[in-house]
Amino acid sequence: MEQYFYQLMDYLTSQLHGAEIFLCEFEGEHSDFTRFNHAKIRQAGTVEQRYLTLDFIDGARHANAKLTLSGEKLLDQAQLLTILNNLRAILPGLPSDPHLLYATEINSSEHLGNNALPHPKDAVMEIINQVQGNDFVGIYAEGGIFKGFANSLGQRNWHSSYSFNLDWSFYHSQDKAVKTAYAGLHWNNAAFQQKVDRALQELELLKQPSRKIPRGKYRVYLAPAALSEICGMLAWDGFSAKAHCSKQSPLLRMSQAPQQNLHPSITLREHTAGGIAPAFQAQGFIKPDAVTLIENGVWKNPLISPRSAQEFGLITNGADEEEMPNSLQLAAGDFPQADVLKTLDTGVYINNLWYLNYSDRAACRITGMTRFASFWVENGEIVAPLDVMRFDETIFNILGDNLLALTQEQEMIIDSDTYEQRSVNSTLMSGALVKDFTFTL
Amino acid sequence: MFAEIKQRFRKVLPDLPFCSLRYVVKRSEEITVRNHIAEPPVLNYDTGAMITVIEAGGLGYAATSDLSTAGLYEAIIRARQWAQRSRHYSVTNFSKIPMPHPQGEYHSPIQTPWESLSIAEKIALLQHEAQQCPADPRLVETELGLEWTDSKHYYLTNAGGEVYQHIQQIVPHISVIANEGLITQRRSFGAHGHSQQGGLEILDRVGFYGACRTLADEALMLLSAPDCPTDTRDLVLAPDQMLLQIHESIGHPLELDRILGDERNYAGTSFVNMEMFGTYQYGSPLLNVSFDPTISEQFASYGFDDEGTAAKKTYVIREGILQAPLGGISSQYRAGSTGVANARACSWNRPPIDRMANLNIDAGDSSLDEIIASTERGIFMQTNISWSIDDSRNKFQFGCEMGQLIENGKLTQVVRNPNYRGISATFWRNLHKVGNQSTFQVLGVPFCGKGEPNQVIQVGHASPVCAFTDVEVFGGAA
Repeated sequence: MEQYFYQLMDYLTSQLHGAEIFLCEFEGEHSDFTRFNHAKIRQAGTVEQRYLTLDFIDGARHANAKLTLSGEKLLDQAQLLTILNNLRAILPGLPSDPHLLYATEINSSEHLGNNALPHPKDAVMEIINQVQGNDFVGIYAEGGIFKGFANSLGQRNWHSSYSFNLDWSFYHSQDKAVKTAYAGLHWNNAAFQQKVDRALQELELLKQPSRKIPRGKYRVYLAPAALSEICGMLAWDGFSAKAHCSKQSPLLRMSQAPQQNLHPSITLREHTAGGIAPAFQAQGFIKPDAVTLIENGVWKNPLISPRSAQEFGLITNGADEEEMPNSLQLAAGDFPQADVLKTLDTGVYINNLWYLNYSDRAACRITGMTRFASFWVENGEIVAPLDVMRFDETIFNILGDNLLALTQEQEMIIDSDTYEQRSVNSTLMSGALVKDFTFTL
Repeated sequence: MFAEIKQRFRKVLPDLPFCSLRYVVKRSEEITVRNHIAEPPVLNYDTGAMITVIEAGGLGYAATSDLSTAGLYEAIIRARQWAQRSRHYSVTNFSKIPMPHPQGEYHSPIQTPWESLSIAEKIALLQHEAQQCPADPRLVETELGLEWTDSKHYYLTNAGGEVYQHIQQIVPHISVIANEGLITQRRSFGAHGHSQQGGLEILDRVGFYGACRTLADEALMLLSAPDCPTDTRDLVLAPDQMLLQIHESIGHPLELDRILGDERNYAGTSFVNMEMFGTYQYGSPLLNVSFDPTISEQFASYGFDDEGTAAKKTYVIREGILQAPLGGISSQYRAGSTGVANARACSWNRPPIDRMANLNIDAGDSSLDEIIASTERGIFMQTNISWSIDDSRNKFQFGCEMGQLIENGKLTQVVRNPNYRGISATFWRNLHKVGNQSTFQVLGVPFCGKGEPNQVIQVGHASPVCAFTDVEVFGGAA
């Protein structure tokens, strides 16, 4: 697919006139999806897709087009030429774009993934065999993901990876379930079996009568998946230069005087070198290995796209247009995971949070629900599964004054999202012990 | 191209109990003006097809953008392989589902075609609207946008089914951000809620012209408004918040695939079960809710769903009593129930699942003035800004852009950061006034996420103003 993309880019270059320039992104995948319910197959199929996004530039005028490629050379060349001519016809009627910025230094790269995936049929059979007798629901996705960049200046970037992601739950009854994931590049039956066994052990805990707790403030442990949800919310405009400069960021109180800080143990980085996403972006800039967003609780840097850089007089750090982290890393704490229950003493052990949203964006107050396996803990022991509870709390409490500890142990959480395409985002997270966490319903 | 696709499909079609081809040609354009500067227009050209095969009890699909005869042949082979692999392990015997082989067409009503204005003229239109906003330095961002989608859906089956649907939609968007110190407030044009089918006449119909000025004035007013009080009072919701209330706490819980458990790992389950249909008191007797694909301008109207079932208006709640779930023919067979034509896919590369499409509340008999006058202590909230609900679709908390207190039958103080929370199973029973046709708005939004693999789809929700008693309301963190 790499050579096909490059040949198409060479063809496109040959069709340019005068000072015209193009930037092109390629996003393709060949995915097998198998959806399960009650340990049976609900829907299974294959998706093969190839998308090209073209930014056609002449001077300070430009326009974008996104198109599906068929994979058939002459057909794709003809379609590309038609669209190029459409854009060429549109451009004279457009005003100049003062915020246009693209890389002019050539930085080509190639990352070729190794395809060590099982045949999807074998993986699906292994899953069905392992989960029989349990109420298993979820999705198995596997296949190649292909990302590319090219411009008419001669830059070429390619990133391919072959991965699988089984995202599933074992249900006890109604909304009581254990959520687990098994993702990677090499399927291992024994590793999968271990995940299944661990989840089934936890499922046993859900078979006890559940506990309802009144609204109020509680000591809680947020497992890495739960904390990842909270940090995922912050990713929505929290680190965006555009959102900060236009006063819409939920972390505006951190970047604007009088500055409000988080707990000194909070250091957050966009750690491209430690993630699985490509290091290049749509305007041809190369992302640094890491951008420190918050250091020791203090605001450090936003993610700055080329467009924001141009608009607000900043220097881009290779962020995508959305200015959201792809590979967010929370620095590990010093608290041993083994001591979590003992130190939590009496409170709530939260494995998963769900459906978060800002209830007061300016104050970074977030609401959301507990979901799946959350437990009531007394005297350092799990005593009952918890009925779902709604929380409503500011980040300045959760990761600020009320943060007691972050765990030493961390989990790499591979994003299982498949909106339009399979995600290549990931987070590296600790668990967090927090006091006075407010449940409201 | 449709004739060629049909010819290729027929050429490679093997002898199968069921096989369908769903061919989608989607074009879209996005025009945005932010802070008076035109962003580069975005043109989308998306084309592909999904083959679905049902054989020996199994179901498989294959999606491809290779629409050559060889590409379609390969897709049939892959779909067939998945049908065969899954036949002994499927949630149901798919071969027993009476898959339709429909014939028909559907076309969005168009008065003023999108192409009747050039891109440059549309940018000028947006810039003109933006210029109506006051030149106040506290207005830190003003963004106006138009997104047009032209989708042609061509559905063929192995037994002569042939449906063509041509849907054109426009999403008008305005967002105004006001800031002073650490206070930031937003007003938007119904939070994308004025999305409809049609041409540029939509802009007149939904009141787009001149709206930017009003929204800017309101955003500035909110900067100095007090926070919403924290107490329990009557809640009056404008249609652009009812949209979200219907969507989250009626639409999703009634989706049959959620009730069947398909979504438990992702979008969630439902507090509704099959035994409730026909008897369960979902809301007060004033509540009448229909799945209605027949309002021609509504965002998610269509003639046939993506499993080929013809769409028709169906009441899912009548006089407060739960009547029918929102499930397409596959889910209906699995659940042994009735349903509606709502098996929908977001595009050619995702399989159909149960979605809510248009889900509307019937107008009642109270004018807005009568509703306000009959409220002793309440709050009127407009335009959704925050949404969160549990995975059974019960405990919810929603926020709005703007609130206005109601005291002794009169609208009084504007308040900012208005939020409210409740429980679906009891909230709708507290519905005590339903606005009449003068308060009724046909709304829709383009962002409903669900499914594994994930899909974002358009939904429509038409509603009058509605009033609820004894709701917990509260404001911001201060």
